[in-house]
Amino acid sequence: MIKFSHVTKVYPPNTVVLDDVSFEVNVGEFVSIIGKSGAGKTTLVRLLLGLEKPTSGEIFFEEANVLHKHHHQLQELRQKIGVIYQDYRLLPNKTVYENVAYVMLVKGEKESKIEEEVNKVLEITGLLEKANNFPDELSGGEKQRLAVARAVVNQPDVIIADEPTGNLDPYNSYEVVSLLKKMNEAGNVIILATHDKEIVNKLGKRVITLEDGKIIRDDKEGRFML
Amino acid sequence: MMNNFKRVLKFAWTDFSRNRSNNFAAIFVLALPILLATSLFVFQGISEYIIYEVKGKMDVTAFFQQDVAESDILRVKDELIDLSPEIKSVTYVSKDQAMENFIARHQNDPDFSEALEEVGVNPFLSSLDIVTDDPLQYEKVAFFLEAGPYAQLIDKVDYSQKKDTIEKVFSITANVNRFGLVLGIILFLIAILVVLNTIKLSIDSSKDEITTMKLVGASDWFIRGPFIVQGIICGFAAFLICFVISVSLIFLLSPNIAFLTPGFTIAHYFTSHLLIVLLIQLGFGVGLGALASFILARSYLKV
Repeated sequence: MIKFSHVTKVYPPNTVVLDDVSFEVNVGEFVSIIGKSGAGKTTLVRLLLGLEKPTSGEIFFEEANVLHKHHHQLQELRQKIGVIYQDYRLLPNKTVYENVAYVMLVKGEKESKIEEEVNKVLEITGLLEKANNFPDELSGGEKQRLAVARAVVNQPDVIIADEPTGNLDPYNSYEVVSLLKKMNEAGNVIILATHDKEIVNKLGKRVITLEDGKIIRDDKEGRFML
Repeated sequence: MMNNFKRVLKFAWTDFSRNRSNNFAAIFVLALPILLATSLFVFQGISEYIIYEVKGKMDVTAFFQQDVAESDILRVKDELIDLSPEIKSVTYVSKDQAMENFIARHQNDPDFSEALEEVGVNPFLSSLDIVTDDPLQYEKVAFFLEAGPYAQLIDKVDYSQKKDTIEKVFSITANVNRFGLVLGIILFLIAILVVLNTIKLSIDSSKDEITTMKLVGASDWFIRGPFIVQGIICGFAAFLICFVISVSLIFLLSPNIAFLTPGFTIAHYFTSHLLIVLLIQLGFGVGLGALASFILARSYLKV
């Protein structure tokens, strides 16, 4: 479903962030990408979303080359991928309900479907009572759950979580990871970029280890080893 | 498509009502160029009227020799009418008519009547008063009269004395028009810069929001649309405020400044050009608001 083929990313003048990275992610997989800060995890996510172009190599999503996609095709691709960011990336002037509904509105879904799905997702993430609050009025854990709710509401084929537990306490981290596991059990591809050892070890899923921009390990049922 | 348009309108209205302080600043700033444009329009109306009035008072008078027959003078009159399409009128004033005019003008001044009686004869000359549409034509007319085929019939042409005044008025006319144009362009540029800066401040606070919208797959128009509609709403609000202000000011000040421009009422000029005023104010408000939002939102869409 997702394929990185000999991808290298060099930032000027000569900072190599990814060095000849190749891997594939298949339908239904839960993949953790681990590495120290600056190992290139976030760059991988940005490359897949077409937010940046690799210096060399190719990236495929559903067998189509991301690099060959036009501006509007990239927007369609981004609609198929739910992304959870460490800094939440919420819309500050929209309520909790509107933040989640926005991604469905973007897709052109009907109002009745939006109302039904958003309420369902807010209930699952425990945010229904906060539906009319603005992001500024939420705690860190609630903001992260809102980011999860927004990422999953469109039932995307792929969910990418970039350090989703970085700002959370153990309890909230567990909540977020449980949600991701549920989504994976429902058939979604999950790509989790993290440096949280405990979470990776508890998951017992595939682990790709990045170090200095290179893949040094790719284990089917891996553990956090750095 | 229609659904998306409705959603864009809804987003715009919601965001507009939630960002009151930013929008208030934008409305205030948009009001300035609208008021400037309106003032410039009224100023142009006043200057056009003054120029028209001054031009109307200008003429060239050709005085004929004492013994020239009336038929010869009328022949000159016909020739003058054919000389240029810009000659507005040629009026023949006979000797008797000139004296009657003089007496009527000085009927309350016995010194003039006594002086006239002492002379004993009609000292006035027959004349032609020539009025043209364009001050530049006076020189041509004067040249025709002084150096043309009828020069020997003419005693004097009252142009050289008026020449300086005519040229001065012509120069003022050209300068006022040039000054108005330059001032208009400068004001327009200042207005654009001020509006862009204020709306930039307003949209700057939404920079991260725009980036996030792109990240979740919103199309450029879905993101840009609400900002443009908000710009239009601000522009429309500024237009309404300016219209009320300008109507109030014009009707309040019109009687007080009427003495500066006798025969010209600003209130009347304003009401007779109401449609143009409305278009200027609406165009400046809505146009600038929408354009500034479009340009600025576009600059943040490069993700």
